[in-house]
Order: sequence, then structure tokens, then C-alpha cells
Amino acid sequence: MSAWSAHTAAELRLQLRNGEQLLVTLGIPLGLLVFFGTVEVLPVDGTDRIGFLVPGIVALAVMSSAMVAMGIATGFERSYLVLKRLAVTPLGRPALIGAKIAVVAAVEVLQLAAIIGVGLLLGWTPSWAGIPGALGAVVLGTAAFGGLGLSLAGRLRGPLNLAAQNALYLALLLTGGLVFSLDRLPAALATLAALLPTAALATVLRATIGDGTHETQAWVVLAVWSAMTPVVAIRTFRWW
Amino acid sequence: MAAIDVVDLVVAYGDRRAVDGVSFAVAEGEVVVLLGPNGAGKTTTVETLEGYRRPTAGTVRVLGADPCHQTALGRRAGIMLQDGGVYPSMRAGEAVALFSAYYGRRSTATALLERVGLTDRARTTWRQLSGGERQRLSLALALAGEPVVVFLDEPTAGVDLAGRRIVRSVVRELAERGVAVLLTTHELGEAERLADRRVILDDGRVVADGTLADLRDRVGRGDIRFDARPGIDVDRLGARLGVPVRSAAPGRYVVEGAGTPCLVAALTSWLAEEGITLDGLDTAGGGLEALFDRLTGGTDE
Repeated sequence: MSAWSAHTAAELRLQLRNGEQLLVTLGIPLGLLVFFGTVEVLPVDGTDRIGFLVPGIVALAVMSSAMVAMGIATGFERSYLVLKRLAVTPLGRPALIGAKIAVVAAVEVLQLAAIIGVGLLLGWTPSWAGIPGALGAVVLGTAAFGGLGLSLAGRLRGPLNLAAQNALYLALLLTGGLVFSLDRLPAALATLAALLPTAALATVLRATIGDGTHETQAWVVLAVWSAMTPVVAIRTFRWW
Repeated sequence: MAAIDVVDLVVAYGDRRAVDGVSFAVAEGEVVVLLGPNGAGKTTTVETLEGYRRPTAGTVRVLGADPCHQTALGRRAGIMLQDGGVYPSMRAGEAVALFSAYYGRRSTATALLERVGLTDRARTTWRQLSGGERQRLSLALALAGEPVVVFLDEPTAGVDLAGRRIVRSVVRELAERGVAVLLTTHELGEAERLADRRVILDDGRVVADGTLADLRDRVGRGDIRFDARPGIDVDRLGARLGVPVRSAAPGRYVVEGAGTPCLVAALTSWLAEEGITLDGLDTAGGGLEALFDRLTGGTDE
């Protein structure tokens, strides 16, 4: 087994063994999906409830694994001087970063399988033709949220980083148009929210695997975030 | 060629020179300890050799190469940081397996745990290990690549007596196999037991470099110290010996004269006449501690 694959397997095991991380990556998205998919508390604006919810929950899942879970873990790794120690092993930074990307991708596969499975059980009828586009959007979203998470983790220490990641997660969850439409927000906030990566990802996902309308602005917003945040993370990251 | 070579090393943080003109070398199979009070520049020196810092001036070479170009060195140097370095939720067994895999030596993992006496802690996470167990695990990880040069920063800090014995035996074993070992400590007892040679740092400079015998020669032979029952008449003893005698603590005495055979004979014959039992005798000026005090002006430890 190569250094990279051994490291990927080790980090994935830590991630899947961590109850708090699983709560964020699987518990909350699935909980929201089941709750809002079965209890009629939110307005559905004439569209079908599950068809609206599933793409939003997928966007939430990407944010939770690429940003929150990886960002929090990386912040603690910095505090515990894990990254400092790894820098003097043959693993090397490219393999370490590659392992982190692989871990996020693996967690996302689990998340997507669970969300799609539960969605189908709740009567979701996806537009299968949109799957390739949706996967592209997930890749862009992963880059955007991964960059955000690492930008925080690369500068803030353990507990402060933890708090910042969770606060950002909550803010983006509420302004992401994930379980209710952005139209429900005050107009100024809705305009701002449409420029944030969460709403952009949710909108793009709805356009691809949902009703199929093309959403140029959301694609552009998502692409810009995905190009920007990894560069910020690379420029500002402190390894120890 | 020395395995580790430091020439006129200066490392400055802004205006402050943490290391100020340090030179020393470590040969293959040699154990050298950097000894000094906190803030003397030990860790800065070691971290420069590990490739974490660039010298402000001077040169460092590890196995003939500049340690800032880490890739090749990462395979041949074993490094133990002062603390941390392991995922807090990782088990000891997972950590040694992972580090062994970095070097393509998957089969050595269990042997590594055994070598540092942590076999029964294989399933314990880093967070749940005691301070001493963490140090020993870090030591095991430093050995994962079968290194030819090893840096250990405070390897015995927080380690209990049994753990210290393990650390010492690992260090000796490494030296016997021809590994160059550079370690730091601020504990004099460990410095005395662990190393062949001591480089004493104070305020970023080398104040002494050598074996214990070298250091004694450098500082000069000191007083005779002896232990006996409290309440000896030091004035009468001093008059007999022709040098001042004082009581350093109840039951501990210092004869302020070089420990020549004549003076020792005079001391012991007087004690015999008085019927006083000798509980301890040291003619080397109190060992490393006294030397250290004199060399560093008694700062810190």
C-alpha cells in the first residue's frame, strides 16, 4: 500500500469514527430531509416538496463534508502539530492534500447514496439526464467549500476554528435556499444570498436534477467561488 | 564526514538571536545531547537541522545535505518533536502502522510498539495516552523509517522511570547500530545518562562541548563533597586539613580544596579518629550539576 493510500485510509477511518463529524455530514442532512419531506411545515410554492428538498440537502451535504468536517479536522491537526510532523515524513504535501480530497470524495459518495436513497423512498423522481451536470456542480461546490474550510483552518486555532466553521455553516444553511426558497427571505438578503456558494450550488442542482431550467447566474457564481477559495487557502494556509 | 554538522549557526527572530554562532558536529554512532536552560536555543537549533527553519547565517548539513530540501532527508532522518504530532483520535497501533506505511515497511509496526513498551496500549487513542506514553509513541514513530540520523527533542519530558529506561535503551541501541543521535534536554540527570557528549547551550551560545571528563578538565577540579552525620565540627576539620570546610546542608559537607589523594586521605583519617561514618564522597565537584552551574552562571535549573 502506498503512503498516499495508507494515509487516505487512516484519515477516512478517523472521520467515520468521529460521532460529531458523522452528525454534521450525515445526521443533520438526513434529519432535515426526512423531517421537511414528511412534515408539512414549510411552504412549497406549488412545486413538489421532495423535488425541491433533495437538491438542497445535497448542497448542504457537500458543504458539511468539504467545509465543516474537513475544516474542523484540519484545524485540530494544526493545533496538535500533526501537519508539522507529517512535513518531515516521506508522505509529502501533494500526497497529504490528495488524501484529504479523496477522504472528502469518499464521504460525499456515502452522503449522496444515503440522500438519494432516502429521497427515492420519500417519492423523489429525479431528472436522470441531469446527473452529469449535477456531478459537475458537486465537484465545483466541493472545491469552493473545501477552500473556505481550509482558509479558516489554515489561520484559526482548534476551538476558535471549530466555532467559526460552525457559525459559517449555520449562516450559509439559513441563506442557502436549502429547505425553503430564497424568495422567502427579505429582498436585499435574497440578492446577497444568491451570490453565496450554498444558494448557487442548490440552485444549480435543482436546475440539473430538478425541473431543468438553465441557471447561468448560479453556475457563474459557483464557478467563481470554486476558483477563488482554494487560491485563498493556498496563499494563506499555515501548516503549523 | 559527520552525520550532523553545524557551523557558526545564527537563527534570529526579528532582532533577537535565539541561536548565536553555534558550531558542533555529531558523528555516526555518536549520541550528543544539547543541554541548557529553557530559552537557550536548543529547540531552535534542532528545528533548523530538521528543516523547519532556515539559518539566518552559518550552515547546517545533515548527511551532507541542506535539511531545507526535505524530501530526501525525510526518508533518512527520524524526528521526535517536543510535543504533539499525532492525530488525537488515532490509536497507538494505527499511528505506528501508518508511519511504517510511509516508509513502505508495513511489517515493522508491531515491533515498533514493542520496542517502546506500548504493546498493551495499541488500541488506546493518543488523547487517552499519558504524557509519558505519548513521548514513547513519538519515539517509536521517529524510528519507523529505520533512520540513520535521529533528532529527539526532550524525549524524557514527562516520562516516568520505567519509560526513561526504555528511552535510554533505545538510544543506546541506535548508537550501537551506527545511528547519529542528537537530543535535547534540560534535565541534567538525563544528559548524564543518555549521551556520550554534551553540548551546553546558554543564551544561544555554546558554553561547553565535550564528555563529562572533558568538561571537568575545562572547569577545573572542584571541591570534595561528602555526606556524614549532621553536626560535625567543621572548624576543627578545616584546621586539620588546612583548607576551609563548610556544611552545605545538614549532613552534607564541602571541603574547599582540590580532591587530591592526599587531601582525601587526610579527610578519611580524621573521620576514622572521630568515629564518624562516611555516607558518600564525591571528588569531582558534584558531577554535571555543579559544572553546569558554573558554566551557565547558575541560571534556571
